[in-house]
Amino acid sequence: MKYLRMTLILLTVLLGGNTVLADVPGPVIPKGNADKCVLPTKQMRLEHMEKILHHRDQTMKKGIRTTQFSFKKCISCHVVKDKAGKAVNYKDKRHFCNSCHTFASVKIDCFDCHASTPTGTTNTSTAGGHP
Amino acid sequence: MKKISYLEIEGWSGKLLGLLAVLGAITLAGLGAVYYMEHHGHYVTGMNNQIVWGMPHVFAIFLIVAASGALNVASIGTVFGRTIYKPLGRLSALLAIALLAGGLMVLVLDLGRPDRLVIAMTYYNFKSIFAWNIILYNGFFAIVIVYLWMMMEGKMHNYYRPAGIAAFIWRLILTTGTGSIFGFLVARSAYDAAIMAPMFIIMSFAFGLAFFLMIILIGYPGMGRPLGDKTVKTLKNLLGVFVAAVMYFVLVYHLTNLYATEHHNVEKFILAGDTEFTKIFWIFQILLGGIVPLVIFYTKLGNSRKILGLGTLLVLIGGIAQLYVIVIGGQSYPLEMFPGMEIVNSSFGDANTYHPYLPSMAETLLGISGIAVAILIVVLGSKVLAFMPASLADKDVDPHSKG
Amino acid sequence: MSNQDSSSNGITRRQFIGAGVATAGISVASGISLISVAQAKPADQAVTDKQRWGMLIDTNKCATGCTSCVDACNKENGLDRGDEQHSRPDQKAQWIRKVDLKDKATGHAVSLPLMCQHCENPPCVDVCPTGASFKRKDGIVLVDKHTCIGCRYCMMACPYKARSFIHEELTNQLEHAPRGKGTVESCTLCVHRVDTGGSPACAEACNAAGHKAMYFGDLKDANSDVSKQLKLHSSTAIREDLKLNPGIRYRGI
Repeated sequence: MKYLRMTLILLTVLLGGNTVLADVPGPVIPKGNADKCVLPTKQMRLEHMEKILHHRDQTMKKGIRTTQFSFKKCISCHVVKDKAGKAVNYKDKRHFCNSCHTFASVKIDCFDCHASTPTGTTNTSTAGGHP
Repeated sequence: MKKISYLEIEGWSGKLLGLLAVLGAITLAGLGAVYYMEHHGHYVTGMNNQIVWGMPHVFAIFLIVAASGALNVASIGTVFGRTIYKPLGRLSALLAIALLAGGLMVLVLDLGRPDRLVIAMTYYNFKSIFAWNIILYNGFFAIVIVYLWMMMEGKMHNYYRPAGIAAFIWRLILTTGTGSIFGFLVARSAYDAAIMAPMFIIMSFAFGLAFFLMIILIGYPGMGRPLGDKTVKTLKNLLGVFVAAVMYFVLVYHLTNLYATEHHNVEKFILAGDTEFTKIFWIFQILLGGIVPLVIFYTKLGNSRKILGLGTLLVLIGGIAQLYVIVIGGQSYPLEMFPGMEIVNSSFGDANTYHPYLPSMAETLLGISGIAVAILIVVLGSKVLAFMPASLADKDVDPHSKG
Repeated sequence: MSNQDSSSNGITRRQFIGAGVATAGISVASGISLISVAQAKPADQAVTDKQRWGMLIDTNKCATGCTSCVDACNKENGLDRGDEQHSRPDQKAQWIRKVDLKDKATGHAVSLPLMCQHCENPPCVDVCPTGASFKRKDGIVLVDKHTCIGCRYCMMACPYKARSFIHEELTNQLEHAPRGKGTVESCTLCVHRVDTGGSPACAEACNAAGHKAMYFGDLKDANSDVSKQLKLHSSTAIREDLKLNPGIRYRGI
């Protein structure tokens, strides 16, 4: 009787816990500002870093400045604006890249150097400050 | 001659625990300083766009240079067959690894982007002597560990000589590389000299041996183990030769520069200027780091262990001073871009006749923690494995003694 | 001469002469411009060594106290956007600076802008352990900040102190000029402009202000203005004895 009870509790935890865990909300990813991205969404999700890194070496070393994977274009199309109409920068959790990367807990250091909002849109952060 | 028996540090005496506590505290303080510097950025340090390498680099290069020289003691026993050095081989190799680890730790933690260390280990520009140094340092660790294993593992005893020769040659290349970091720089008047490489080699001999002698002078009485005069005298005399050799190289370097008119200004800056470098050069590098130790080593003063210990400490302080003059002094002297012209005004400091450097506490603490880490590795290593002979009494090590 | 009305296919002699003069005028005017605007290379093509970008700076026309080039560079690359608030003045980055010189023997005074000299044999490229400091095929020397570990060895090696280190976190970067804490940077010869057929902001500002002291162009093109000017009068490189063959040359020092 004791063992049957233990087995039942164990099964409930294992199966029931699974159901509970499966309901964790996914990341809220803001829509981009065009009909579609430069590649199908599923492909972008898998391969975007590979495309970004390859293109950056092409631009840096060879001066190739095609626009399909241009980082500037990604940023300008995927800009997220707050209620006041100002673009949010990488410090904000609503930033496009941040919305998924924070959820996935994958740190990126692109914005240590790169602007995270298009030039000309008002930047919500003040200069300097700690992360 | 009796067979040497090696022994770990026994027990957890109050002295040992106290030492570990102090070293641990300094190390933690250094790591805390690193967190502070990395988090805020280098604006919290004394370094700027004129003095780009500061206190951390002075200590790091000092430790790295000493590391290669610390292996000398083992090499003299293994490669050159001098019997009295043979019992000291294991400790010498351990010290070499420890000093290199401490120095590299300081160097790497001062990088602008230490998180990119993996990039430094995987993207190589083979024309860069710095890149070669990274390969040489890692190789040094590997070779010395193999050398140690062959010294300590009875079955491998037949192979320890080739390993020792390989280690000896490797570290000569390594130190040549370290000296060439400066020697290859055409831009600066104080560098750009072929003599930097051999001078660094001879500096490594002196600093490494000074560290070694210091450790046994303090460690053996501390552990209650006998330390005979023969060993001490042999090392003392050798250190004297190395210190004199360093002075000779410094003399040749400056004499050559003084002969060439184009170098007169930088020589005046270092030797007879009104900045701190002149004082550090003459008082700390030459007098305290060279002349006083030589007097101690070659007169009766050296018979007292305490005074001898002071002498070796002065050699080390002189070494840090020498690297301060080389690393910081070389950057403080302005670039000679327009010969015959005087720079009247510039927004980037070109008009200065000297670039001042005021080290912050954080970067100095980082440098000092490198020494603490090195000693910590030696002490903990000796607690775990038998690196140090149970006795260095004359009757146990002297090849000419009876018994 | 027959009277032709405007609806006919031919043109009048007056119209022909007018058009001819206009065309000739435009050709001459573009010929005397100081900046040879190169044919912008197609975006998908890699740069080649058939071109080498360089500048000639005529110090006789460079005025002491004028900072048009410096201000333009700071504006173009985002150095004047209020970043680097914690850095001391000696820690703040400078890509181009004005240097005023006086000959000790003769008293002759000269002013010139000093920036990365884009050497053909750059010491900074030789010493970089990761290869982050590199020279493009068209001669522009850059720092690949993706690979830069911030060791500052290139700053030790540069004979012109052209490089700066970023001492604190930056947040106000311009999208065409990424800059970040812990990496090294220097004048890029406005590579983002050059790649699309433009010229560096400093040279453009100098000309727009009417000083006309900076000529930019392709050193390998004998017909470019910079090449023609280099052929006309003698010029030198700073620290010529180092034999680095910089792409930036000076007249009058």
